[in-house]
Amino acid sequence: MAGLSGGLAAFGRCTHAVVRALPESLCRQALRSTAGPEVDFARAEREYQLYVGVLRGKLGLQVLELPADESLPDCVFVEDVAVVCEETALLTRPGAPSRRKEVEAMKRVLESLNLNIVEMVDENATLDGGDVLFTGREFFVGLSKRTNQRGAEILADTFKDYAVSTVPVHDSLHLKSFCSMAGPNLIAIGSSEAAQKALKTMQQMSDHRYDKLTVPDDAAANCVYLNIPSKGHVLLHRAPEEYPESAKVFEKLKDHMLIPIANTELEKVDGSLTCCSVLINKASEL
Amino acid sequence: MTTEVGSETEVKKDSEQLGPDKAKDKPEEASETPGDQKSREASPGEAQDSSVPAPTSQSSPSSQKKEKSSPESKGISRFLPPWLKKQKSYTLAEPKDEPKKRATGEEQVVEESESQAQPRKSLEEAAENQENAKADDKEKHSISSAEIQPSKEDGKETEVEEVAEKKEEKQEEKENRETKEVQTAEIKIDNVPQKSPKKIKTVQCKVMLLDGTEYSCDLEKRAKGQVLFDKVCEHLNLLEKDYFGLLFYENSEQKNWLDSSKEIKRQIRSLPWIFTFNVKFYPPDPSQLTEDITRYFLCLQLRQDIASGRLPCSFVTHALLGSYTLQAELGDHDPEEHRSDYISEFQFAPNQTQEMEEKVAELHKTHRGLTPAQADSQFLENAKRLSMYGVDLHHAKDSEGVDIMLGVCANGLLIYKDRLRINRFAWPKILKISYKRSNFYIKVRPAELEQFESTIGFKLPNHRAAKRLWKVCVEHHTFFRLVSPEQPPKAKFLTLGSKFRYSGRTQAQTRQASNLIDRPAPYFERTSSKRVSRSLDGAPMGVSDQSLLRDFSAAGGRAAGDKIIDLEATGQDKLKEGGREEDESPLKTPQLELTQDGKSLEEEITSILFSKERFGAGTSGPFAAASPGPAEGAAGEQTGAAAPGPQRHASRTEGPCTGVSDADKSSHETLDIVEEKKQAEFGIEETLVVDETNKGKMQVATDAGETCKVEHVSKKDSSSLPSDSSSSSSSSESEDEEVGEYLPHHRAIEEVIREEQEEEEDMKRKEHEENTQRVEAIPEGSKLNVPVEHTQVTAEDLVQENTVTVAAEEKNLSEQIKQDLGEEKEEEQLKLNGDVSHVDIDVAPQLICCSEPPVVKTEMVTISDATQRTEISTKEIPIVQTETKTITYESSQLDGNAGGDTGVLVSAQTITSESISTTTTTHITKMVKGGVSETRIEKRIVITGDADIDHDEALAQAIKEAKEQHPDMSVTRVVVHKETELAEEDED
Repeated sequence: MAGLSGGLAAFGRCTHAVVRALPESLCRQALRSTAGPEVDFARAEREYQLYVGVLRGKLGLQVLELPADESLPDCVFVEDVAVVCEETALLTRPGAPSRRKEVEAMKRVLESLNLNIVEMVDENATLDGGDVLFTGREFFVGLSKRTNQRGAEILADTFKDYAVSTVPVHDSLHLKSFCSMAGPNLIAIGSSEAAQKALKTMQQMSDHRYDKLTVPDDAAANCVYLNIPSKGHVLLHRAPEEYPESAKVFEKLKDHMLIPIANTELEKVDGSLTCCSVLINKASEL
Repeated sequence: MTTEVGSETEVKKDSEQLGPDKAKDKPEEASETPGDQKSREASPGEAQDSSVPAPTSQSSPSSQKKEKSSPESKGISRFLPPWLKKQKSYTLAEPKDEPKKRATGEEQVVEESESQAQPRKSLEEAAENQENAKADDKEKHSISSAEIQPSKEDGKETEVEEVAEKKEEKQEEKENRETKEVQTAEIKIDNVPQKSPKKIKTVQCKVMLLDGTEYSCDLEKRAKGQVLFDKVCEHLNLLEKDYFGLLFYENSEQKNWLDSSKEIKRQIRSLPWIFTFNVKFYPPDPSQLTEDITRYFLCLQLRQDIASGRLPCSFVTHALLGSYTLQAELGDHDPEEHRSDYISEFQFAPNQTQEMEEKVAELHKTHRGLTPAQADSQFLENAKRLSMYGVDLHHAKDSEGVDIMLGVCANGLLIYKDRLRINRFAWPKILKISYKRSNFYIKVRPAELEQFESTIGFKLPNHRAAKRLWKVCVEHHTFFRLVSPEQPPKAKFLTLGSKFRYSGRTQAQTRQASNLIDRPAPYFERTSSKRVSRSLDGAPMGVSDQSLLRDFSAAGGRAAGDKIIDLEATGQDKLKEGGREEDESPLKTPQLELTQDGKSLEEEITSILFSKERFGAGTSGPFAAASPGPAEGAAGEQTGAAAPGPQRHASRTEGPCTGVSDADKSSHETLDIVEEKKQAEFGIEETLVVDETNKGKMQVATDAGETCKVEHVSKKDSSSLPSDSSSSSSSSESEDEEVGEYLPHHRAIEEVIREEQEEEEDMKRKEHEENTQRVEAIPEGSKLNVPVEHTQVTAEDLVQENTVTVAAEEKNLSEQIKQDLGEEKEEEQLKLNGDVSHVDIDVAPQLICCSEPPVVKTEMVTISDATQRTEISTKEIPIVQTETKTITYESSQLDGNAGGDTGVLVSAQTITSESISTTTTTHITKMVKGGVSETRIEKRIVITGDADIDHDEALAQAIKEAKEQHPDMSVTRVVVHKETELAEEDED
């Protein structure tokens, strides 16, 4: 096993992915920050299948797919209910009360993976995984409508090895609504003022110096980075049809295997690429 | 009398009486012919005699005293440690000493020359010094006779002997000691107040070691912390000791670091003396430690930290680290031997569970084959990544009364609320650290888009806690960020607050030193339950490195072909030492000194600048005198170095980079001073920097640009300048000091700048770059040619602080002579070009010449309070509530430095003198470049006052005096920096 994520070399390593199928209730009942066109369920489903297909087929991950739960319209966004780092998984207490039951299924599947499970039981704590950015060296936790200080503290208590810094998030749903890791030391960041401000905060808080990849569109800054032994750096990013300018920026990443994935429908309900999976690196058993 | 002293005098005589040429020869001879050296030693009486007369009348008394003391010492001589013997004439008897001396003959000479300066100083200082010298002798005797006092010096000596190859190093140490003897060795005085050894009071010390064992020893009651620390390290066979320290607890839980430079009894007021040996500075990358034994102790510390919960880590990490501990201490997992319970004896975590122990055992099995050292390394590789690794936490409240924790670490200051990091201030961001009563303040660089620095205050439980935090910050900043330690604030400002500064080696220095450790890996037992084996054979750490370094520098000097210079260089060192000694930090000094010697040019300069401040603190009047009257005592000495004779000039070249940096530094320092002075209520500071440079300088910036740059230098860059390094800290004793300030000057080293840039936005980045360029341009650019030399402002009743820095750079005599106010620079430039090949120079100087009048070519006056500054340049970092006026006059001379062509720094010397209202700092740098040697004298005079002062008059006076003092040099740059406090700052 690797201690402390084994340093940067191991960042993005991933063997398993937990996903959850879309409930049809998502179209009408999913939480959304802005009113807008209704989600085209069929198309959302296709996009989701493509996403899962890439993880499973193209990247060879073991994908654990939880069944949809119609009573949990947001359940596809599994990222928010669990934060997994190395051998430890923190089951969150999502900021939206309607989502708290999503944790149960996640707990079961994580237990099956033999992870050390920590549950957030504090009634005063809320934390959405979408507010948690793990850089491989430290955590940044966005303090947003969904995540509060207490939630961040519990996360810090759970992952004691790492610094946990808080970043105020005002204009978007989650911290990762405008940023994500695009490589071992590379933060993809949107161009909006809020995104840039948050980046600055993160830079100030960190002892490390990250490279940044600035993309024109905040939403496109949310991408999924993986380090697959046989494929090297892999980056799932938003498709050129959606964000052509941002896609061009990604295409400049020469060392990455780039996989454009459309996320048009889920974006309508504030979903982004990272939202739809919990990535787990289960080191080969000792 | 000590032989060395005698020889010093001789050298001095030579130089003074015979003239420069002879002086050159003499040192050479001495160095090359050990026999000669011997003979000198053999005839101590002569040496004494010669030494006595040479210095001024004041010197005689001291010498007499010394004589008196010598007979006493003879009897005791056998007990004397070798180095002591060396120094003293009776040393001859010792065979050991002899070889050493021969080997180091050259160096000794150097020493001697160095020591010259000190005696003179002391002379001028008169009674005080003499007394000190006396005291030293007495102390030594008593110590030696008593044999009680191993004292750090002793220990070192032994170590030195062990390392036979490092003669030079030894030499240096000797020098240090010598210095102590000659000058004021306060330590010694302190240690041995009574003449009769029997009366020495000793105190038993107990030190808890990291392996859980206890070390105890008897210490002389007045021993300084360093003595004990060195004893402990010797006991541990630890060479890389700068990462460690001794803790003592007051009021149960409050831990304090024992200050090495201060007497123990003044820090720990109650008996018994119980200390804990701990890691003080956690190396960010333990793999860079040189010795396994050092890593081992670090491991022990971390195991404690982890088991106690001070260093939090996750379950998995607990298990992993625990497994490495087992591997290191037990070796490979043995299923027979290591049954179920074997782990329970160890504590890996504050709350150790069965599950964890099982995990540990499981992991232990996977480490098969790792040696203990490898296991330790693995342990450290994982531990160092823990976010709280090396973070020293302090309880505090923010401005709103919310409980927070302040964490001091290698990179800066971290603010935690509960377990969350809510803010972070990297060292480069912090302009000032201060405390006042129970409040702790940091002044932070303005963020981008912001105009003003902001000061952030925290409330600590009490003022001791505030001071403790402040000290920790000062120490961490110095250790991790600076190349060499920073000088403590000048004496005159001491009354206002703590003058504490970190006095040990910085990480850079200790790394450099450890690179030179050359001993077989010492054997030690790793089992924490067992005692660490003591091997006394280990060579002391400081020794090896320094000698090498020494060699290096010496070689450089010789290469230049100027032996005199060589001597001088050493002499400077000596001076430094002397200054430090006076400041009461003798013990530490040696180490620093050594390291510094070996440093690169920049570093040396740094240390020099440093030392000058030292002088200021320790000495007054006499040094100042140096500038005016070269012929006399200390003054004479300095002058000699400062205003080198013609021959020197001919062979001198100015070190390009150095010169520039010096200028920068000076201005920065000025700034610092200013800031510190702000505390003094109405301080008005005027800085006059006179740069005597014959070199051409490139003037890149326009006037506006210059203004910017000047300010930049003084404000922003000051932070980054390497100049702030100060060697020792004479920290004020009492814990009662209500206030303390510290200005972390970030070295201008590009790294720092880059760092900041990276942190900033692109826009900001550009700005920074521009600033940087400007800064660089500044030193090079020479606009005004003011033939002013050393300036001494003696205005006594000045209510303002004037800082005058005269930097004289001489390329050759003719130039110097030619230079005059009215003279055109062009001629000089031409000559310069002929003499030295400068790549960049040609163009710029011409431009300058054309555009500017000969006398005062440029006057950059920036009057900035916050508003004005903004107008002038938005890029500047405004000074809050301070009016700053900076005037720079520069001659338009070619700057050899411009091309990046680096000369060899032959010597550098800094002398500081103080009187009530003025502080004069003279910084002399000699560079050899391309066979041409160049001397540059920077003089800074700070006039402090709280009422009106005629600045113009003061400036004129300063320039005039400088001219008079060094008629053979030309003034190349005059910077007047005036800072007026408009209103009190909050933190002040």
